[in-house]
Amino acid sequence: MRVGLFATCLGDTLFPDAVKATAVLLARLGHDVVFPPGQTCCGQMHVNTGYQREPVPLVRGFAEQFGDPSIEAVVMPSGSCAGSVRHQHGIVAERYGDAALRAGVAAVRTKTYELSEFLVDVAGTTDVGAYFPHRVTYHPTCHSLRMLRVGEKPLRLLRAVEAIDLVELPEADACCGFGGTFAVKNAETSAAMLADKMRHVTGTGADVCTAGDSSCLMHIGGGLSRIEAGTRTLHLAQILASTRTHPYVLPDDTDQLEAATR
Amino acid sequence: MTAPTTAREAILARIRDAQALAPAEEVTIPRAYRTGRTLPTDELLELLTDRLVDYKAEVHACPAADTAQVLAAVLRDHGARRIGVPPSLDPSWLTAYDGEVRRDSADVPAPELDALDGVVTASAVTCAETGTIFLDASPDQGRRALTLVPDLHVCVVDRSTVEAGVPETVARLAPTRPTTLISGPSATSDIELERVEGVHGPRTLVVVIRTDA
Amino acid sequence: MSPRTSQADAPARTTYLGMPTVPPRSPYGTGNLRGDRKFPRAAHDELRNDQLRRNLGKATHTIRAKRLAVTGELPDWEALRDAGSAIKTDTMNRLPELLEQLEAKVTEAGGTVHWARDGAEANDIVTRLVQQTGSDEVIKVKSMATQEIGLNEHLAEQGIKAHETDLAELIVQLADDKPSHILVPAIHRNRDEIREIFRDRIPGVDPDLDSVPAHLAAAARAYLREKFLTTPVAVSGANFGIAETGTLSVVESEGNGRMCLTLPDTLITVMGIEKILPRFADLEVFLQLLPRSSTGERMNPYTSMWTGVTPGDGPQNFHLVLLDNGRTAALADKIGRQALNCIRCSACLNVCPVYERAGGHAYGSTYPGPIGAVLTPQLAGMDVSSDDPNSSLPYASTLCGACYDACPVKIDIPSLLVELRHQHTEAAGTTAEQLAMKAAAAVMGRPGVYRAAQKASGLGRALAGRDGRISHLPPPFNGWSDTRDTPAPPKQTFRAWLASEEGAKTMRAAAKEGREALRTTTAEEGARGRSAGAHAEDAAGSRADGDVHDEEEQ
Repeated sequence: MRVGLFATCLGDTLFPDAVKATAVLLARLGHDVVFPPGQTCCGQMHVNTGYQREPVPLVRGFAEQFGDPSIEAVVMPSGSCAGSVRHQHGIVAERYGDAALRAGVAAVRTKTYELSEFLVDVAGTTDVGAYFPHRVTYHPTCHSLRMLRVGEKPLRLLRAVEAIDLVELPEADACCGFGGTFAVKNAETSAAMLADKMRHVTGTGADVCTAGDSSCLMHIGGGLSRIEAGTRTLHLAQILASTRTHPYVLPDDTDQLEAATR
Repeated sequence: MTAPTTAREAILARIRDAQALAPAEEVTIPRAYRTGRTLPTDELLELLTDRLVDYKAEVHACPAADTAQVLAAVLRDHGARRIGVPPSLDPSWLTAYDGEVRRDSADVPAPELDALDGVVTASAVTCAETGTIFLDASPDQGRRALTLVPDLHVCVVDRSTVEAGVPETVARLAPTRPTTLISGPSATSDIELERVEGVHGPRTLVVVIRTDA
Repeated sequence: MSPRTSQADAPARTTYLGMPTVPPRSPYGTGNLRGDRKFPRAAHDELRNDQLRRNLGKATHTIRAKRLAVTGELPDWEALRDAGSAIKTDTMNRLPELLEQLEAKVTEAGGTVHWARDGAEANDIVTRLVQQTGSDEVIKVKSMATQEIGLNEHLAEQGIKAHETDLAELIVQLADDKPSHILVPAIHRNRDEIREIFRDRIPGVDPDLDSVPAHLAAAARAYLREKFLTTPVAVSGANFGIAETGTLSVVESEGNGRMCLTLPDTLITVMGIEKILPRFADLEVFLQLLPRSSTGERMNPYTSMWTGVTPGDGPQNFHLVLLDNGRTAALADKIGRQALNCIRCSACLNVCPVYERAGGHAYGSTYPGPIGAVLTPQLAGMDVSSDDPNSSLPYASTLCGACYDACPVKIDIPSLLVELRHQHTEAAGTTAEQLAMKAAAAVMGRPGVYRAAQKASGLGRALAGRDGRISHLPPPFNGWSDTRDTPAPPKQTFRAWLASEEGAKTMRAAAKEGREALRTTTAEEGARGRSAGAHAEDAAGSRADGDVHDEEEQ
């Protein structure tokens, strides 16, 4: 399939490795990956913070960048950005857009997928040929779980990974406390939620806590880093893109320092 | 336009304004939930008993012919020496009971009901799935205070009045009668959400199911 | 589409003359729909209360499990939710006629109906009705509406003592405390605290009273029984008011409701106008939805239904007070009006991760939790000019969506929160945050500028320590960096990598692997004509290393 890759602003700028893994994985599965270069941000942060006029150009930009009918699916390594495109772009277009924007949004919305949805529902695969010999626990991010209803899809993909030691995360469906600007406006309540999430994550003894959203992982990972926990965060795409020939190497502590400053 | 003069007119005008500002979207009510269910008697009574016991009611099942014996035994077991009954309770039900029976009427002050050891009544209709008995203040069930103030309520439920689910039960109610739904004895979960049976209503609920009535 | 649905014609369809005006909110400074400080500030203190955190954590986890068990056992649970949602929406659509019908039916059955534009008017009506009986005390059934309007406080000012009879409300009242949950108002108190409150405040209570819940409940029974048997006036709320028959209903557990609704001579019921249901048969839906969502029971122990006055049974004087107090203002909002569908089950509180940590008091309103965060600002407003604490409520959520899943009438609370945030930013106009959002959108709206900004964000690396972690950020991000590290922006963005030699090489290799994989698959599938895979194979060769960086880095 001809797949339009949306990197998301966070992924493009702060977590490029997750997007690289997504691109490589899709190409490796035989998809024709295109990256419309004018793409930037879906506008989710604006809408979720109460701003609907300001993101109109972003919504328009997204619809234009991915409007090309030869793009059969728009795929992104983020449940919340996919949720924004599918659920919020219509609201913005309806209220502050014109007829062309409404039509553009409607056309793009129906072919937009979060990575695991695309792999399982559209590409019809659960075994992507990945190899990841580490203990992993999965945090289902709220928007993947309750906005997109990805359900078991990410877990089905993970269970098919060779050599993985997948352990269940207690109270997995509880929010990590990120919530975009919530973590800034209500930092203390957010921190209380994060503390519980970290307790459950570290309790699994996992090497890696994974999820389908770099934003939630940034939150959980930021907390784990602060408490010097042994568990690190890694995007689902990076596990799925790890193979026997090109394995993802978990850095030990020294390497981690180097990797971070690389 | 003159300003509405009464609160009633003002509120109704506000609603109409609101509806003009945010016009209603027509809605059709989907009623795909289960209605009109029936269950075989044994299944129905098994379900009802399970639910009643789950909510800490004491349950006895008997043929109608044994009503008086069962009621007498229940009252004896609970030490009920003085009981109240609604005005038209079937007198044959208490022929085996040797305690004092006070027939209730509207002019008995409520505090006097507090002196009773218990009360025996019939019931209007019962929902098996939730273990809920509906009293509708008919003459064999009495006014609401009668089944509220005494600490023991012995309630007779006939098989013919038991329905499977809530919709079937609600359909059998007379809407304008004062109606009380009872699911086990009173309870509270206000302290650490730990359920405690027996607060203000009767702390003991005994249900006598007449399987052939 | 017929032209009569156009906006210009809409007012002409009503009988009302003149332009419709937005109905007023509950007047500022009245009742209990506003705290004295914003949510983050209030939560700051509540979060430090370890006892509260433990009590709430235990209680919410217990009730979540119970709710899931009893909703899961009904195969038609989703169908019931759909019906419940539609019935309430239909009710709001037909509100004026249904209220008039209810009024007519209650009156026909011997009751008296009063209308109150706001809390103050309702308080005056109730006070006058109590005074007419000559009593200087009333017994009360737990009621959100009377809590909302501050009835007890108003009655006290008029020399009338209101006795709360719900166990939790009694605990709260005896402790001079405030409720913190819709259903379990004393959820923030544990058994030892409750024992202390009872020992200190209940006259004649056993000084050796222990903290066994059953013993505490028994103490309350003994204390309240005399009040039930002697107080001539009761005040209640209502869970449902049936327009078709004039029947009112109260759903409860302890029997205090039955006592209040049955024993006094006079009953005064205060009901929000949105509590109405069109038909008696609609109870078949709500008597399933409410208890299972609320206490996690198949059915609550007691539900009372009454229609006006029944000679010889129960109160012989019945008054129904229909309360607006901002409800019509909510109704005027196309999106926000959904909040009026709420049946006060409190399932959303019990599943909310924010409520679980911050507790009910942090919301400052009678209605806490997710539903409170959308209902309170709609009833009482978010007055920008007075820096209203209520304006912080729509932001007191991560938008995690657990509330929407739990709601028995499917109120889309996350969408309402987003909508109210929008209304707030629109009303607030130009703020520092708004300027920042505008600037961010301006950057992101122009890919060239965006790429330049991405490069500039590499400057964030200067903030990082040698370990690549940023551990301190300036306000307003200092709350974030108090407990979280932020990774330094990497040297290379994704798009720069993709445009680089390394990126191109990696993508070519991946595409080659993809072609090989497809060839294998295609061979296995046999000749089925030109498959989607074959198409992808052609395309992969031309695109993955073609367009991708042509337009990049112009």
